[in-house]
Amino acid sequence: MDFGPHLFLALLEGSITAAVLALTAVGLSLVFGIMRVVNVAHGEFFMLGAVFAWWITSMLGAHPVLGFVLALLFAPLLVGLIAATTDYLILRRINYNPERTIVATIGVLYIIQQLTLMTFGPEARPVTAPFNKRIALPWFENGADGFTLIWPWGLGTTTYKLAVIVAAVVILLMLWLVLTRTKWGLIMRATQLNSDMATAHGIPVDKVYAMVFGLGAALAALGAVLVVPIQQAHYLMGADPLLLSFIVVIIGGLGSLLGTVVAAVFIGLSDGIISVFFSPTLAKILATLLVAFVLIFKPNGLFGKSAE
Amino acid sequence: MNQASKSFALHGLVAALLVLLYWVLPEYHSGNLARILVLAIYAMGYNLLFGYTGLLSLGHALFFAAGMYGLSLSLHWLDVSVVPAMLIAIAASIAISVCIGYLALRTTGVAFMIVTLMFAQAGYLTALYLGEYTRGDEGIVLKQADRVLFNIDLTQPDTRYFFALLIFTLCFFAIAYLVNSGFGRALVAIRENEERARMLGYNVQRLKLLAIITSGTLSGLSGACYALLFGYAGATFASVQYSIFPLLWVLLGGAGTTIGPLLGCAFMFYLIDLSSQFTTAYMLIAGICLVLLTLFAPHGLAGVIRKRFLPWLP
Amino acid sequence: MTLLSTVNLSKSFAALNAVSNVNFELPEGQIRAIIGPNGAGKSTFVSLLCGRIRASSGQVFFNQQDVTALPAHERIAMGMAYTFQITSVFSTLSVRENVALAARRVIGSHRQQVNERVETTLEQLNLHNKANDIAGDMSYGHQRLLEIAMGVAQQPKLFILDEPTQGLAEDEIEAFNKLIKQLAKQATILLIEHNMNVVMACADYITVLDMGLVLAEGTPAEIRNNDAVQAAYLGTQ
Repeated sequence: MDFGPHLFLALLEGSITAAVLALTAVGLSLVFGIMRVVNVAHGEFFMLGAVFAWWITSMLGAHPVLGFVLALLFAPLLVGLIAATTDYLILRRINYNPERTIVATIGVLYIIQQLTLMTFGPEARPVTAPFNKRIALPWFENGADGFTLIWPWGLGTTTYKLAVIVAAVVILLMLWLVLTRTKWGLIMRATQLNSDMATAHGIPVDKVYAMVFGLGAALAALGAVLVVPIQQAHYLMGADPLLLSFIVVIIGGLGSLLGTVVAAVFIGLSDGIISVFFSPTLAKILATLLVAFVLIFKPNGLFGKSAE
Repeated sequence: MNQASKSFALHGLVAALLVLLYWVLPEYHSGNLARILVLAIYAMGYNLLFGYTGLLSLGHALFFAAGMYGLSLSLHWLDVSVVPAMLIAIAASIAISVCIGYLALRTTGVAFMIVTLMFAQAGYLTALYLGEYTRGDEGIVLKQADRVLFNIDLTQPDTRYFFALLIFTLCFFAIAYLVNSGFGRALVAIRENEERARMLGYNVQRLKLLAIITSGTLSGLSGACYALLFGYAGATFASVQYSIFPLLWVLLGGAGTTIGPLLGCAFMFYLIDLSSQFTTAYMLIAGICLVLLTLFAPHGLAGVIRKRFLPWLP
Repeated sequence: MTLLSTVNLSKSFAALNAVSNVNFELPEGQIRAIIGPNGAGKSTFVSLLCGRIRASSGQVFFNQQDVTALPAHERIAMGMAYTFQITSVFSTLSVRENVALAARRVIGSHRQQVNERVETTLEQLNLHNKANDIAGDMSYGHQRLLEIAMGVAQQPKLFILDEPTQGLAEDEIEAFNKLIKQLAKQATILLIEHNMNVVMACADYITVLDMGLVLAEGTPAEIRNNDAVQAAYLGTQ
């Protein structure tokens, strides 16, 4: 393939990464924005989403479409419940102290990951996509007789991959509507602004926190269910989404949802491009260093306004 | 007895006990203990920063790996002997601690934790990326002939044990002295109330930087000794897991106590050793311990001892 | 001789001028009080003096040196001591260690001298029988005393006290007045104070701040009879 179609393919793969990453990172960002805690176990909630999706689809043995729809509904719900329980049993008891929360969620990370290893096993397991039709994509060629459409071999995608992107956009829009237009959104924003005042106005802050923590994890799980037909479920698959979500949330400006989505698109696309053209390890080294330097020199994110 | 002589007696007693243990324990356990002693140096280095200064780093594996690779790469590729290799390892740890300290100290709290985590992750990935030299996950196995110091073969169980004990004891007493000195007390002051310490005229940034350098150098020393005594350096030792371990050891043993790191390290080592006989998911124990410690015993084993029995415990 | 002075010292937060163009002069040996209504910029002003916050413009001179660019800890090391408006001690450490931390920074690692300084300071502040108590377990009044002890142990040239009597009982305030007179023999004192009884009893000279500006300066008697001050401040009480 020539450079042009190759780049196009990289961008396409990158937008799938970006779509899933946006969901996962918005979950992390929501938790940080409202509760002011960093959830290090976020990647494991992602992994649980994928594992539950495998579990639901293979247990039922139903038609792939039905199984997948059920997974899409119940895997995030289950993960959300587990996360809310974690919040209730652990984070609430340490008063959401930022540093102790990080240590505790590192513990939760290992507990979830190792329990999955003990039950689900060390194998990677596939989930069948509900639909998966290949589409070949055209490319332009500027030949002797002007622009012509060609169909380069290997330039293509599947209906499912395109559906993942659409689904992520729809889910994010719905989330935005919930946060800005409903009573639930109002309560969450009130809690974010001032939890003491919220308590004084009769908002059950404990419940809101548990719900937000559950919602954040459910978003990660949702991203995982969407991506698992492309990627397979594995007990160590949480590490990359965690790292990438961290990168996205920090570059987008801690706690800013819009910044998070913009950064997810930016990181998703550049990850796609760098991984295709350079070494994926080098891409990760650069990304981690970028996060460190953004935190040191521009703590409000690359797109954030400075405090002064 | 006053506090200082009590403390000196306690540290002497621990060292004497460790000498005795070599003859009491069967070889399997003295081999483990040698490992624990070397890793306890790592934990003591971590404790100086976390337990005494109150800075929670999630990236100490970078310093450990700096020492480990500093020694192994120079033994393996540069054809030097143990002493210069050790000096290179220590110089590498100091250099990296200075850089990381200088950069990471521009942040505080959660940002400090994430910045250290990211730098260590970048270090780990670099070790993988430079697989041509480091052999990545597979790692470098040091030749027995390279692991000889002043004609003493450090691959033998007895020399290995006593070399580990010697280095450990030196660090153990050095730390005990340090935390009781003006420097150590000032670090505690920073941990307890940074703004007050600054407004007493302490140069908080400089003290923190010194704490990171001391802590990072001890961690690097531990990494170098580990590679030297056990003949192996691999990228696993640079991974996040090895940044979490010292935090776990120190939390378990008791942050801000001189004896805590050794206790925590020994306890966790055997806990994981025992559980790995039953399951491959041995990190489950680490996870459960982290959660339980944060919830119920933030002061660890030595913290409980200090509270209940020995209020003077250093 | 002038110990501390400022030239056109200003600090603004966004659109708010917390301190504007303050020219201030403090001679050695004086007890100076800074008074003013809430939000007058008193705390901001002393924070500028000791370097807790950076000035937007203007200069600070201490001991004939321009210290405007120096960070807080270097100014403290030059002989300023500062007590916080909201009690700020090392609450998990013993009273003795709190004072020792202050003394050790000045004296260095000389154990014998540090111990002597700590003992005399505790004696002077009447805290010697509480030396082994944990600071955070003591009553509020004792914690305020400890805060002052940490300043005294540094034997500063200039001692800045930000609302030291806030939250103290009547009899504790009596004792505080005596203490200030006693400390004034060793150091120049800059006192931010709300309690007019304390100000009138202790201060040699008073500076009144209002809206970030110097409204008036004078002896306690002059300030008491100043119409502008009465209107802006005393009248509202």
